[in-house]
Amino acid sequence: MNVLVCIKRVPDVGARIVLSTDAQEIDTHMLGFAVSPHEECAVEEAVRIVELQGGSVSVLTLGPPDAVEQLRDAAAIGATRLFLLETDGREWGPMATADAIVEAVRRHESQSEPYDLILFGNEAADTGDYQVGVRVARALGRACVTGVKNLEISGATIRARREFGGGDELFELRLPSVVSVKEGINLPRYPSLPGRMRAKKAAVEQTTPEWHEDPVRKQALRVPVTEREKAEILGTGVEAVPALVDLLEQLGVLP
Amino acid sequence: MSVLCLVEHDDNGAIDASLRALSFARALGESSGDPLSAALVGEVSASTLEALAAFGVSEAYAIESDELDSYAPMAWARALVELAAGSPTSAVVAAGTDRGNEVMAHAGALTGLAMVANCLSASRSETTVRLSRQRWGGSLVEDAVVESSPALLTVAFDGVAPEPARMPASTTVHEHRPTLDAKDLSVKVSEWSHLDAGISLGEARVVIGGGRGVGSAEGFAPIDELAGLLGAAVGVSRAVTSAGWRSHNQQVGQTGTRISPELYLACGISGATQHLAGCQSAKHVVAINTDPDAPIVSRADYAVIGDLHVIIPALVAAIRERGSAPG
Repeated sequence: MNVLVCIKRVPDVGARIVLSTDAQEIDTHMLGFAVSPHEECAVEEAVRIVELQGGSVSVLTLGPPDAVEQLRDAAAIGATRLFLLETDGREWGPMATADAIVEAVRRHESQSEPYDLILFGNEAADTGDYQVGVRVARALGRACVTGVKNLEISGATIRARREFGGGDELFELRLPSVVSVKEGINLPRYPSLPGRMRAKKAAVEQTTPEWHEDPVRKQALRVPVTEREKAEILGTGVEAVPALVDLLEQLGVLP
Repeated sequence: MSVLCLVEHDDNGAIDASLRALSFARALGESSGDPLSAALVGEVSASTLEALAAFGVSEAYAIESDELDSYAPMAWARALVELAAGSPTSAVVAAGTDRGNEVMAHAGALTGLAMVANCLSASRSETTVRLSRQRWGGSLVEDAVVESSPALLTVAFDGVAPEPARMPASTTVHEHRPTLDAKDLSVKVSEWSHLDAGISLGEARVVIGGGRGVGSAEGFAPIDELAGLLGAAVGVSRAVTSAGWRSHNQQVGQTGTRISPELYLACGISGATQHLAGCQSAKHVVAINTDPDAPIVSRADYAVIGDLHVIIPALVAAIRERGSAPG
């Protein structure tokens, strides 16, 4: 089973998002970076599948040279082939991103074995476009399901479940296919020390895809205005409990 | 030109997220005089039809096919694209649900058009649609212009209110039989199972939240007790699920459940962007935190400064005492 996972490097924004002065991007000077949460689970899922069935886990990211850090994070828990589609700081839309991934997949598959399964995160934490996996699947002519919280593979059949209407809906797909997963499908492991050492030395294949602009033009980013400015402090410690009970009474939530 | 909106419906009529999508789509249409049409898969019930009229839909297309006995994302997208191609359409809109985002992504892939997810508002002049959309789960807003037409959009259901039209429309229902091939039907729901998980987090009227400050899996005992007493659901932050203290289906946040309760009581939660994205629709937020400078305190309506392990047991005792007091 050869699994490819597509991941995205996103800033770790913490408690408050600060924008650049031209409002075109997040000011990341003071921020660390991480693998977008759904994709962190996609890497873990791929590693578990290959632990059970054998095969290889490849990880691909489209991003700046520093995105190698996120590829190494994936290598530290078991990915063995790392691919960087290097960008020059311009923002890539979901259509251009999908095109670059399709081109890379075709190249990899012509040079070595085909991927049985390509995993994505359901949506990236920063842009939330919900579509790169679907576009890649359609371009490659493969079946696709998004929002998956449970995945079972037996032979050439995938059983993918996702939440719907207070229950679970089940899709059965044939390999090769494309699946977008959601956080909660698993609890990603912490990398071991030997894993981290191995990741440091892992080779990264770097290519530079050609950028093109999606027909969606960003004008500006802004932090939405919230009505809440500062909480009214009801009190400190147990002395605040009577005021809290009164408040709950007012809100009509007491039994 | 018209605006076409995919409406998801079940035994109770059109779903809430679709009513929000209809409100968004109607406002987009009104910006340039475009009437509102709706597309629905399966038979349109009387209660759904009533909602379509109330929300200003003039033409409704019931997509009917023997092969669409269960949800099939590519087939839904095919039918929607067919309908949009059948008459001049400025935008195709769906709710930002799992299905809505999935179908519209397929529609984008099928047509080579741009798809923009989780929009908050939009207007059209000539062939360009100007819109605002959520980024970072709603912690940021992006203003953008869509230059491909029709614009394919999904609607952030926690950012747009369901507002009926000022004047209800008289809705004409047309049957549409889509031309589907085997490939369109290759991915399809084959089974649905209902899970009885108690009080649903997404629909709970009261949610008691626990974060890193709870300290351990065992530390949730007073929170569970308070939740039991109030008939509330328990929600947790990503720090809690990452530590393995609670399962992910209780996670509130950008990558967990979006909640919209009357009251959210956030205990020992600092208030990271990831978490706040999931509780921005709560009517009232009350924080219990040891740190008066925690971000959650500036985003709550009320706060109690102190240790949740002391305050919650005292709160539980006070509520019980009140319940047993005469009069």
